[in-house]
Amino acid sequence: MKFGVVVFPGSNCDHDAFYAIGNVLQKPVEFIWHQSENLANCDAIILPGGFSYGDYLRTGAIARFSPVMKSVEKFSNSGGMVLGVCNGFQILCEVGLLPGAMMRNRGLRFICRHVHIRVEQTDTPFTNAATKGQVLKIPIAHSDGNYNCDEAALAELEKNRQVIFRYTTADGSDDSAGNPNGAVHNIAGICNRERNVAGLMPHPERAVEWALGSNDGLVVFRSMVEALVGAAKATA
Amino acid sequence: MATASTEIRVTPEIAAEHGLTAEEYARVKQILGREPNITELGIFSVMWSEHCSYKSSKVHLKRLPTRGKLVVQGPGENAGVVDIGDGLVAAFKIESHNHPSYVEPFQGATTGVGGILRDIFTMGARPIAVLDSLRFGEITASKYTSKEEAAKNRRILDGVIRGIGSYGNCFGVPTIGGEVGFEPCYSQNPLVNALALGIAKKEEMFLAKAKGIGNPVIYVGAKTGRDGIHGASLLASAEFTEESKQKRPNVQVGDPFMEKLLLEACLEAMQTGAVVAIQDMGAAGLTCSTMEMASRGGTGIEIDLAKVPQRETGMTPYEIMLSESQERMLLVGEKGREHEVLAVFKKWGLDAVVVGQVTEGGIARINNNGRIAAEIPAHPLAEEGPVYQRPIAAPALRNETAADWFAFAAEGTNLTQNFLKLLASPAIASKRWITEQYDTSVRTNTLAGPGASDAAVVRIKDPKTAVAKRALALSTDGNGRWCQLNPRVGAMHAVAEAARNVACSGARPIAATNCLNFGSPEKPEVMWQFSEAIDGLAEACTALGTPITGGNVSFYNETLGKSIYPTPVIGVLGILDDASQVLKIAFRDEGDVILLLDGSSSAQHAAPHLGTQREFSSSEYSKTIAGITAGEPPAIDLVAEKRLIDCLLALAAEGALQSAHDISDGGLAVTLAESWFASSSVVGAQHVAPHLGAHVKLEAESPAEAAAFNERGARAVVSVTPSKLAAVLDTARQYKVAAREIGQVTRGDAFRIQHKEREVIHSSVETLRGAWAHSLERTLTAK
Repeated sequence: MKFGVVVFPGSNCDHDAFYAIGNVLQKPVEFIWHQSENLANCDAIILPGGFSYGDYLRTGAIARFSPVMKSVEKFSNSGGMVLGVCNGFQILCEVGLLPGAMMRNRGLRFICRHVHIRVEQTDTPFTNAATKGQVLKIPIAHSDGNYNCDEAALAELEKNRQVIFRYTTADGSDDSAGNPNGAVHNIAGICNRERNVAGLMPHPERAVEWALGSNDGLVVFRSMVEALVGAAKATA
Repeated sequence: MATASTEIRVTPEIAAEHGLTAEEYARVKQILGREPNITELGIFSVMWSEHCSYKSSKVHLKRLPTRGKLVVQGPGENAGVVDIGDGLVAAFKIESHNHPSYVEPFQGATTGVGGILRDIFTMGARPIAVLDSLRFGEITASKYTSKEEAAKNRRILDGVIRGIGSYGNCFGVPTIGGEVGFEPCYSQNPLVNALALGIAKKEEMFLAKAKGIGNPVIYVGAKTGRDGIHGASLLASAEFTEESKQKRPNVQVGDPFMEKLLLEACLEAMQTGAVVAIQDMGAAGLTCSTMEMASRGGTGIEIDLAKVPQRETGMTPYEIMLSESQERMLLVGEKGREHEVLAVFKKWGLDAVVVGQVTEGGIARINNNGRIAAEIPAHPLAEEGPVYQRPIAAPALRNETAADWFAFAAEGTNLTQNFLKLLASPAIASKRWITEQYDTSVRTNTLAGPGASDAAVVRIKDPKTAVAKRALALSTDGNGRWCQLNPRVGAMHAVAEAARNVACSGARPIAATNCLNFGSPEKPEVMWQFSEAIDGLAEACTALGTPITGGNVSFYNETLGKSIYPTPVIGVLGILDDASQVLKIAFRDEGDVILLLDGSSSAQHAAPHLGTQREFSSSEYSKTIAGITAGEPPAIDLVAEKRLIDCLLALAAEGALQSAHDISDGGLAVTLAESWFASSSVVGAQHVAPHLGAHVKLEAESPAEAAAFNERGARAVVSVTPSKLAAVLDTARQYKVAAREIGQVTRGDAFRIQHKEREVIHSSVETLRGAWAHSLERTLTAK
């Protein structure tokens, strides 16, 4: 089992994702340079947060053309597990591996704070270690996290149970009150139809130890580990 | 000797336009042994500007304590460096970017942050935290501030906040602390002081000292353009006039993405072992970096401007040398290993060009297309510039009587409404609306972000193993109002409060950095303020064991002839040997005992009288409730401050405290309220705090307002589990710190403060929180 964390110029949560997997979960992990066309035999790929290529044009708009993304597309099309966090989510939308797009936050300002998200689906490799309805406390840090898509795509997302995380309040009772950025249907994270690619705006890699205010983010990475272990057993 | 012929012949008038006095110009000619050409004149003028040369402050700065057993690098390098154990060092420094932030708030603030970050990673240290100390004019109309003025101040604040956020968030460093203050005097001259902290392995620290004759000089980073020419000499070293707005082109433009690439590339290049020295191009750009590297190394330097990457065509040597384009660095590489360095920058997609070499003999020679554009002895230029002993004159004594001072309310007056007003005032109100625009959690080191503890606390992951054991705490402080009333005592308070804040987080204060914001040094009263403040800083830093390791001086903070309050801002760095023992301000559990620790009186002696009218008239309460700013700052007792700090550290190490919060702006009542407000948003604790209330009794010897709101130092409020109370009281006794039980954390929502058996403040915690939590946001988002 090996995780790969992609490093774009301007990625700034690459070290944090590496730390969460390598130091906290003690699983093998390595960095993958954006110009690399091979994924170093990694079994799961993480596109970290940050400002890839400066994000001056539109978040993720340049990163989608990087050599590494061609390989990531190929990897995901053959069933490989890909998680995009924040800027990584934005890139996955830009490249078309996930539907929809990000708009500026409702208040037009950068927001960094702990938010609460509810796990909506547990039959994904990113949430299988969580319980349905579990509320996670995880920080956000973004200007462009206002997820949107057209009515038809939204209906598809809901019908196929692709919304895996939704903003909510601490007790999980009032979703719109817990929505920090205006995202449609209070969407914090989604997966593709095949359920092997997911993106979320909150940063699970920043919530991996009590000292940081929460370790609720670990469940995402634990789920990925379990999915990989399961997959390895299945092929053994 | 041959110099390039230039179109403009230098005359004394042109020298004067460059800000050089007749004497300084004569000195230029003496050093050169001839008339300078226009490029050389430009170089001298920026190097000898107040901003770069410290010519008015040097004689005073010598009085600051700069040595200590942990100080690895004191003032004079890009940043101060202290030993933090386990083979690691911390590099930290605070710097101002005041004038640019008034002319163009967003870009002024971004480039302020960018500049200080470069200072840190130039030393080989990866930045792990940024703090900002900000001062603005009043953001609501008052008798000193018109509606239009207040609206303008809100726009400046908004631009500055967005600028700080935009740069740090993209760069990937958490912005986790600092303070924001408001006074009418900053209306046309806001203060934007940015502090950055980084860590490095001790043996991998870099200095900006050219070495090795024949070693290549390498230019890296952004291309040079015409932006920011004379930023240091004209913008930062002169007071503001009506025409200052025309200086907008003198403000540089920041590119945090470029800086992020530069950071990663520089740290990676340093790892090759082929980098000998490195210096960032900040104020005075290529001029300052070439001249200072050569001067510090005792060498010469030779560069060819034709090789400098340029983003505009037709730039003259004068423009290239004086440009302040951002995100650039100058390196000295090891001869024969240039390619290793160049390869790293190529990988990161950055320009990196060998532009010259280190030479023998101490001459800095600037060539341009085969012609000599400038030829200057580097050391005399950098180190033998003008030094002034400016005239000093104390201002006339203020003739105040009791009528000018705050008059205490009659005994038994209900103070609840005043308390609500104080909590909602911009100085006291929650700064959450501002700090949420900063990324506070990136790098996963933040143990205490804005408002969680008295200091910002980040843990230190070992750069190689990522194992975290220790943590660093930082606090910035500076009370301009107090310094205006008494610069010496005000400056001492700034040090004491910063150190006290650090101790309240459980960390031992070990070193300091300072940013000295003052008016024009050409005014004898300003130089008096400066000199007094330096004496205050020196005394306090010595007493509290926090040597000054660097910082900067910002003079000419005046507009239309009016100076700002003298505002020395101090950043104190502390260390926690066990990162798990961070103390926060939040009350935690019902039944916990609330203690007031006071270093200025031992258990055997009664507390001194809590503030006379005169002293109280300088408080935040006096300003907010009565509109009175007068009298004197509270008397300061450094021995008491030290006692309190040592006591807090002992208690923290014993793990005896539930919370700690020092008493400062707004006094005891505000300290208590903040600890309650924080209790419902406990971050990092595993339990969810129930709704807590409070019941506190004030000491009876002083009037209720004095007891509740006076701001005398050396005090902190701590909460203790009843089972540990005896041990805590015992430790306090050992340190000769008075510990008075003033109340209890209760269940329910009532906040009650009693004075002589009468309730003087009674409200629900939620009402108080409402006043405090949203007032700043309401004001700043009002149309």
